[in-house]
Amino acid sequence: MPRSLRERLAILSDAAKYDASCASSGTTRRDSSGTGGLGSTEGSGICHAYAPDGRCISLLKILLTNFCIFDCAYCINRSSSNVERARFTPDEVVWLTMEFYRRNYIEGLFLSSGIVRSSDHTMEQLVRVARELRTTHGFRGYIHLKTIPDAAPALIEEAGLYADRLSINVEMPTDAGLATLAPEKQPAGIRRAMADMRIRIEDAKEPTLRTRTRKRFAPAGQSTQMIIGADASNDATVLATSARLYGGYGLKRVYYSAFSPIPDASAQLPPVKPPLLREHRLYQADWLYRFYGFSIAEVTAARPDGMLDLEMDPKLAWALANRGDFPVDVNRAARESLLRVPGLGVKTVDAILAARRHRRLRLDDLGRLRVSLRKVRPWIQAEGWTPLRLVDRSDLAALVAPPAQQLALL
Amino acid sequence: MQAVALEGRGDLAEWRDAARALAMAGVGPQEVDWRMAGAASLFDAAAPLPPATRPPPRVPRAFLDLAESVVCHADPGRFALLYRLLVRLQDDPALLSMPADADVVAAARLATSVRRDCHKMTAFVRFRETAGEGGRRRFLAWFEPDHHIVALKAPFFARRFADMDWMILTPRGSAAFEDGVLSVSRDPAAKPVLDDPTDALWLTYYAAIFNPARVKPGAMRAEMPKKYWKNLPEAALIPQLVAQAPARVAAMAAQAALPPPAHHARIQARRQASALAAPPAPESLAAVREAARNCTRCALHCTATQTVFGEGPDRAALMIVGEQPGDREDLAGRPFVGAAGAVLDRALATAGIDRAQAYLTNAVKHFKHEPRGKRRLHATPNAHEVAQCRWWLRQEIALVQPRVVVAMGATAVLALTGQASRLADIRGRLSPFDPGRALLVTTHPAHLLRLPDARRAAAQTARFEAELAQAQRAAQVLPA
Repeated sequence: MPRSLRERLAILSDAAKYDASCASSGTTRRDSSGTGGLGSTEGSGICHAYAPDGRCISLLKILLTNFCIFDCAYCINRSSSNVERARFTPDEVVWLTMEFYRRNYIEGLFLSSGIVRSSDHTMEQLVRVARELRTTHGFRGYIHLKTIPDAAPALIEEAGLYADRLSINVEMPTDAGLATLAPEKQPAGIRRAMADMRIRIEDAKEPTLRTRTRKRFAPAGQSTQMIIGADASNDATVLATSARLYGGYGLKRVYYSAFSPIPDASAQLPPVKPPLLREHRLYQADWLYRFYGFSIAEVTAARPDGMLDLEMDPKLAWALANRGDFPVDVNRAARESLLRVPGLGVKTVDAILAARRHRRLRLDDLGRLRVSLRKVRPWIQAEGWTPLRLVDRSDLAALVAPPAQQLALL
Repeated sequence: MQAVALEGRGDLAEWRDAARALAMAGVGPQEVDWRMAGAASLFDAAAPLPPATRPPPRVPRAFLDLAESVVCHADPGRFALLYRLLVRLQDDPALLSMPADADVVAAARLATSVRRDCHKMTAFVRFRETAGEGGRRRFLAWFEPDHHIVALKAPFFARRFADMDWMILTPRGSAAFEDGVLSVSRDPAAKPVLDDPTDALWLTYYAAIFNPARVKPGAMRAEMPKKYWKNLPEAALIPQLVAQAPARVAAMAAQAALPPPAHHARIQARRQASALAAPPAPESLAAVREAARNCTRCALHCTATQTVFGEGPDRAALMIVGEQPGDREDLAGRPFVGAAGAVLDRALATAGIDRAQAYLTNAVKHFKHEPRGKRRLHATPNAHEVAQCRWWLRQEIALVQPRVVVAMGATAVLALTGQASRLADIRGRLSPFDPGRALLVTTHPAHLLRLPDARRAAAQTARFEAELAQAQRAAQVLPA
C-alpha cells in the first residue's frame, strides 16, 4: 500500500536530521510585497522552533528520497541499511514548503537527496523543486540545496540561480577517513566541486562590464559539514581541514556534526554516545579562527595529542598557556589583544573601544557592559585595578576554570 | 510636580509630544510623574504646564531609534528614563556614545529586550487557515508578546505574507492584512479558537527532525522559553519526546546488525561490473591526463583541490614549464589562469606566440600552500615532490615532442635537469636537452610580479619577453 504524505514526511525528515546546517541568513534582502508571491529574507535568519536536542528549526530540512546507491558507513541512508525507504515527488516538496511557510513554521527549504540513478538525475530533481518554487509560485523565502558532486555544470548554474545557499559535505576530516567509510565518494571530486562553486560565486559578485547587473549565484554562499568522532582524526586535523576549506573555497560555514548513533548502524561503527562537548569545543575554536584572529596552530598547541581541552574553552586554555601576554590594559590595548582576553567577546570589545574614548574605564564600567568580572579580572588591567600577579599563580587554572561537577551517588 | 498620563501602548508620538512640551517648559526630569492613563496619581492636583520658554529639544537620530524601541517596553519606568536621557542630551549630545553610562545602559537593556521580543514574534507566530471569502486565502494567529510590539512588527508580516489575508491578535493589539492593506490596532484582542489540519504535518516533522541521541532541553529552553510554549502547537510534543529518548537510544544500541537488504547486493554488483568494464589506458596524452587526476605519488594531493595538468595541443613545438599551480589554477584546474598567468599571456603576445599553439605545464601538478589568515599562501615544493612529479612531466615531453622546452624558474630547471642551479648562471641560453630538443631557462612570471622597483620590473619583463621570443624562433628553425 502506498504510504501517506505524512508517513513519508516522517521518514524523509528523519533521514535528513543528521545534517547540522540550519542557517537562513546572509542572503540578499527581498520581500513579496507587490509581487503576488510569498516570502521574504531580511538579513538575519529566524529560528522558528527548537527541538529538544537544542537545535533550531529554521528550514524544512528533508530529502527528496532516501534511496541511495552509495554505501557510506556513517549514513542512515546507505544502501546496506534496512531503514524504511520513501520518496517525494517534486510537487509534494513544493506544496509542503509553501504550506509550512504560510503558517510561519519555517524560513524556507533545505533540500537534499540520496543519490539515485546518476548524479545528474538527482541534481535535476533538486533543481526542479527550486525552479518550481521560484518561478511558478513566486516563492521568496530561503532555499538551500545540497549539490551533488560531478553533476553537469548547467545544473549547478541553474541551482545557483534559484538557491540562496549550496553545499557539499566533505563528511570526513581526511581523505583516508573518507576512503574507509565512504568508498564511493571521491574527496578530490568534492574539492573540485567546491572550487568550482567558489569561482561561480565570486564571478557573480562582479558586475558585468556592459550591463553593470549582477548574475545571481548562491548569494548566501556555500557551506559544508564534517562528521566528528566517526574516525580517529584529532581536533588539530579537523581544524586544519576547516582552515583549508575556509581559505581555499571561501566557505561561509563548516558545520561539525558529532557522530550520532543511527538505527541499523553499520558494524564498522560502534553505537557510541555522540561527543557533544567535543563538537562544542570545535565550534568555539572555529569561531576563534574566524572572528578572533587566532591561527589553528595557536588554538591546538596547548596539548600534545592535538585535542582541545574538554574541561575549558579553547580561549581560556590558550590564555593559561600564554600568561606572559597578560594582563591586558583595557584602556590602552589594541583590539587584537582585547579579543584574546578570556571573557571578552567581539561585541564587548567593540563596546570597550567606544567607551574608552570618553573616559578611562574601571572594573564597574566593564560590569555595566555586561562583562563577567569573575572571568576577566585575572587577565586585565583597568583604572584602579591591577591583578595581583594573578597570572603567575600556579593554581590559576583552578581559580578560573569552571567548577568540577559533583558526581551523584548511584 | 507635573503629572502626565499616557496610554502607553508603544506609540512613540504620544510620548514625544508630551516630552517636547515638558522640555520647552523647562520641566526637570525629577518634576514629572509619568503614569498610565486611568491609573491614579499621587499628584492628582497636578499643576498646569508652565509656559514654553525654551526652543524645541534637539536629539541625534540614534536617540529616536532607541526611543522607538524603548516606548514599546512594558516597564512603567520607560517614559521617565527616556525623558531623563532627552534632557541630558541637550547638554551632552554625545551621551549615547558612552556605553558605560547608567541611563544609556538601562535604555539599551530595554531596547534589547524589545528587540528580542520582536524577534521571537517573527519566529513564534503561527498562522492557522480559516474559511476565506473571495480569491485570497485567510489565516489567523494568536500571539502573546511581552511588550507593545504589534505595530512595530506588523510591516514585517505584510512584506512576508503578501499573497494572503491574515490577522495577528494579541493582548497588546492586533494587525490585519486584507487585499494588500495593513491596518493596526493598539487595543487588546481576545484569544480566538484556532484549528488547522496542517498542524498535524508540522508536528510530524517536529518529532522526526529531533535526534533522541542528543537531548539538550536546556539549550532548547534558552532559545524557546517555556512562556511561548502554550501558543506553539509543536511544544505539546516536547515532554514525550524527551521522556522516550533514552529508550530509543538504548534500542538503537541493542539492535544487532541486520543483513543488508536485497537491493544493496544488486547495486554493488552493478558497481563492480562497471569498474571492470573500464577501458585499458592507451598511450595518449588524454590517457595520461586522466591517470594524473588520481595521482597520489606525494602528499600534496590531500591538501590541493585537484591535479592541474598541462594544457595545449597534443603535439607542440614549444613547451613552457612553470613551477606549480597557484590559488586560481588550483580552483580552476587549468595552468596559468591567475595573476602570473596574465603576465605570461602579455609576454607571449609581445613575443608573437599564440598561447593555443604552445603546450603549457608545471613542474609540480598540485598546489602547495600554507594557510595565512583566511588565504592560501604559495609554498615552494621540495625536492621530493619535484622528483615524484617528474613522472608526469617526462610523459608530457615524450608525447608532445616539443623542439624547445622553456624552464621558467628554478623549480622547473630542477624538474627538467635534476640539478639545482643558480638561475642567473644559465638563464637565456639555448642548451641541448634531449636529442633534437633544446632547453631555454628564464625567470618565472610570478617573480616579475614581486619586483618592487618599477624600472627594474620593466627591464626584467622585457628580458623575459625577449627570451620567450628567442625560444619561439628556435622552435621554428630546429629540425623536427
